[in-house]
Amino acid sequence: MSLAKPDALDINNKQKVALAIGVIGLFILALALFNTNFPNKGLFLTLSLGSIIGGIIMYSREAYLTKLEGIKNDGVWFKSISSRGVWGWIVGVILTTFYIVLYFFPKYLGLGTDGAENTGLISLFDPLSQLLSGRNASQWFVYGTLYTVAILAFGYKFILKYRHNRYQQLRTVSVMFFQLGFAFLIPEFMYVMNNDLPYYDLKSIWPLNYYIFDEWSVKGFLSNGNIGLALLIFGILSIFVITPILTYKYGKRWYCSWVCGCGGLAETAGDSFRQLSSKKMSAWKLERWLIHTVLVFSIVMTVAMVYTYLGYDKNDFWLTRDVFISLVIGFLTLVFAAVMFFKRQELGKDAKYGAIGYFIVITLLLVMHFTGNTDHLFYIKAGALRSAYGIYIGSIFSGVIGTGFYPILGNRSWCRFGCPMAAILGFQQRLFSKFRITTNGGQCISCGNCSNSCEMGIDVRHYAQKGENIVRSSCVGCGICSAVCPRGVLKLENDSMKGRINPTEVLLGNDVDLMDLVNQK
Amino acid sequence: MEHIVIIGNGISGVTLARHIRKLSDKKITIVSAEADYFFSRTALMYVYMGHMKFEHTQPYENWFWKKNRIELKKGYVKQVETATKTLHFAEGDTLHYDKLIIATGSKPNKFGWPGQDLNGVMGMYHKQDLENLEVHAPNNEVCKRAVIVGGGLIGIELAEMLNSRSIPVTFLVREDSFWNGVLPKGESEMINRHIKNHHIDLRLSTNLKAINSDDNGNVKSVIIEETSEELECNVVGLTAGVTPNIDFLKDSDIEIGRGVKVNRFLETNIPDVYAIGDCAEQHEAIGNRRPIEAVWYTGRMMGETLAQTICGNKMEYKPGHWFNSAKFLDIEYQTYGWVFGERGRPEYEQHFHWKHEDDTKCITVAYDKNTHNFLGINTFGIRMRHDVFDQWLTEKRDVDYVMNHLSEANFDPEFYSRFENEILKAYTNQLQPV
Repeated sequence: MSLAKPDALDINNKQKVALAIGVIGLFILALALFNTNFPNKGLFLTLSLGSIIGGIIMYSREAYLTKLEGIKNDGVWFKSISSRGVWGWIVGVILTTFYIVLYFFPKYLGLGTDGAENTGLISLFDPLSQLLSGRNASQWFVYGTLYTVAILAFGYKFILKYRHNRYQQLRTVSVMFFQLGFAFLIPEFMYVMNNDLPYYDLKSIWPLNYYIFDEWSVKGFLSNGNIGLALLIFGILSIFVITPILTYKYGKRWYCSWVCGCGGLAETAGDSFRQLSSKKMSAWKLERWLIHTVLVFSIVMTVAMVYTYLGYDKNDFWLTRDVFISLVIGFLTLVFAAVMFFKRQELGKDAKYGAIGYFIVITLLLVMHFTGNTDHLFYIKAGALRSAYGIYIGSIFSGVIGTGFYPILGNRSWCRFGCPMAAILGFQQRLFSKFRITTNGGQCISCGNCSNSCEMGIDVRHYAQKGENIVRSSCVGCGICSAVCPRGVLKLENDSMKGRINPTEVLLGNDVDLMDLVNQK
Repeated sequence: MEHIVIIGNGISGVTLARHIRKLSDKKITIVSAEADYFFSRTALMYVYMGHMKFEHTQPYENWFWKKNRIELKKGYVKQVETATKTLHFAEGDTLHYDKLIIATGSKPNKFGWPGQDLNGVMGMYHKQDLENLEVHAPNNEVCKRAVIVGGGLIGIELAEMLNSRSIPVTFLVREDSFWNGVLPKGESEMINRHIKNHHIDLRLSTNLKAINSDDNGNVKSVIIEETSEELECNVVGLTAGVTPNIDFLKDSDIEIGRGVKVNRFLETNIPDVYAIGDCAEQHEAIGNRRPIEAVWYTGRMMGETLAQTICGNKMEYKPGHWFNSAKFLDIEYQTYGWVFGERGRPEYEQHFHWKHEDDTKCITVAYDKNTHNFLGINTFGIRMRHDVFDQWLTEKRDVDYVMNHLSEANFDPEFYSRFENEILKAYTNQLQPV
């Protein structure tokens, strides 16, 4: 509706200086990318990252600290970058290109292969990598450093933006901490202590961490004595014990918006794009098919992979192929039976889809078991499934589309449409969790701020205006809907399971007889 | 099939249509001259501020109406002929109804100020007002200053909107403190200070005398009644309350006062004609409520109730405990039960007031000084639970109970600072002789 971008939303001079400083930092990276050989790499790397961080900090302080505390969304739909304008598309294309090069053509970033020295951008990061772990940088080290810088700097921006909101501040400090410590520093230090251990980001849990049960990874753990074994056991406990307990108590937000690295980037650097996620019913339908297909793919792929290497030497370990496949099928059946027994009513129509999904997985596993041999599974080469997953899901979906398309699809398209971990946590959140977003009686005015700012594309208003609590598997509990609500309608809560889902027709405030009449039906 | 025609696609009319559809198979038509689809009027401000786009203010996707067999007709009803049950549209066509519901909402008050119809003078109520504001105040180059006349909820929203585009605002308020016809003194004064902190030029006890035009019929300046000061401006916002939007019924047989006169069943004097929402006027006020309630929630509740009557389960409009909410720039406000300002406060109503030192949070608890019954609460900057207060009001709890259990009503996000102890301490101290 707006005719033109209002001038008042232009940035002021201090912010222009801040932008310039940030751009200088990026320019140094660009020079390195095009093979400028800086004399003192450590100095230039520091200068570059320092300018980027400094620019963002200066810009944010000017944007938020000059105003009173409160909601700071003025003009997000006018600004080109945050409303799919020209700048949005430019940033989208640059990010996407970066991811394609990173995943598929790291040599263009300057990765030295076959023992050759790094050049270009990657060599610029050698001094930092040497400092932390005594080895030269890889493309993943460069990526990890930039990723961490983005979460820290934009996390600071986010904390200022929500300086009136302790929930937002605390969870942002949390994702900053987990990214810096668990994803970035600890794996480097672990390498220093024991360089045979596979790279392991302790907070990255299967099936998001789809390579943890790869043969090389498991072998790496097992060949490293107690510490390796402990890490492997921790990896298994994470998904089967720790995750269910925490999700029961707090909902999937404990992971998705407090710990996870993908979530961390989405909540900080991606915050400006949250309003771009589609709230259409059709997007929700697509989401449910897509994410559960990825989940099925990831389970079958992982089982197939483990199955393959269990077959190599049959008898020296209790966990044979037969035992393994029986365990998997037994576990899946147990989960399926329990859900059907306890939650059949709540699932409604979805029970049918759940059943179809279950039988597809079981059938696939049985087909695999009875037709597979050491080299071939599903009549294709054993490793093909794993590499297809790695390329299409691990790289293209989560990286290229998930992050590269931030300015087009919103900041959580991977979390929403693809992440198998989110699917598992969401399944539990919907059925076995104390978490919900409570709506406050009849106070909703259907304004739509909540839906607009939901990065997961949940039409929050649809529930709030009916006085119905929001219990959705996709909700990551970021709490922004609650923050932007002008009437104090939404609150993230962990409370008893009873009455958690409360559809109502007539809202609180009306005639009690009418409410009884209509709501009791 | 019975044809239900609803004039007006605001919250009242749309709630009614949805509930009739749930209960029956009747043919439903919603008529609107304002917009193709239902949108949340209360969200218009966020479109101008760039928080949302206009389509985001629409609570239902466009396929919703067809799927639920609710027909939408765009047209302006210029005459209602109740004898033949026919609507005549300004566009020339007609529509027959079996039951008619008038849900046309309000329009901004104008008090006959000289210049009140100039270009650049507007209310902030309809979609057209928003479009108009976008023309006259796209930025602070085109609109060097805006003057807002009338210190109510829409006035402060308009001030916030203009402020978001750095357009200087002068805010003329007739009362000697913002919205003090409704708010008790301490709250009203806190909001005065908050408005000024946002660099809005708030002028209390100040009235508009006239609006001057330039040679092209555009707003040039306003004259202030008290001081005869002339203030140059490009936009004048008239936000001194609203009146039912029922001019098109003047020549009909339907009884009208300020609004469409209805009984407790929301029936007008003509059979099969009903009125709900802002445009309905009760013959007699219900409890402490006003005969005309121009509030989102009451419109919705009337829609919920009337759907029962129309579908054969005749039901009185019997609203429960009063509640409301608003947001004053950065300060949220909720109210449950009755808390009166200076004006119209019953003699038995006593207040306990607490304000946080940061001057953005406060509460006022009203109770009966004779019986100590809890009457209501205003809360600013602290969210509280609707269902808890609704229950306490039904149970007729005394004020001590409410003060001691205030934490149960807290609805602030997790990890927020809590003030119940501080509030209780202040409450206890106040009651004890010093």
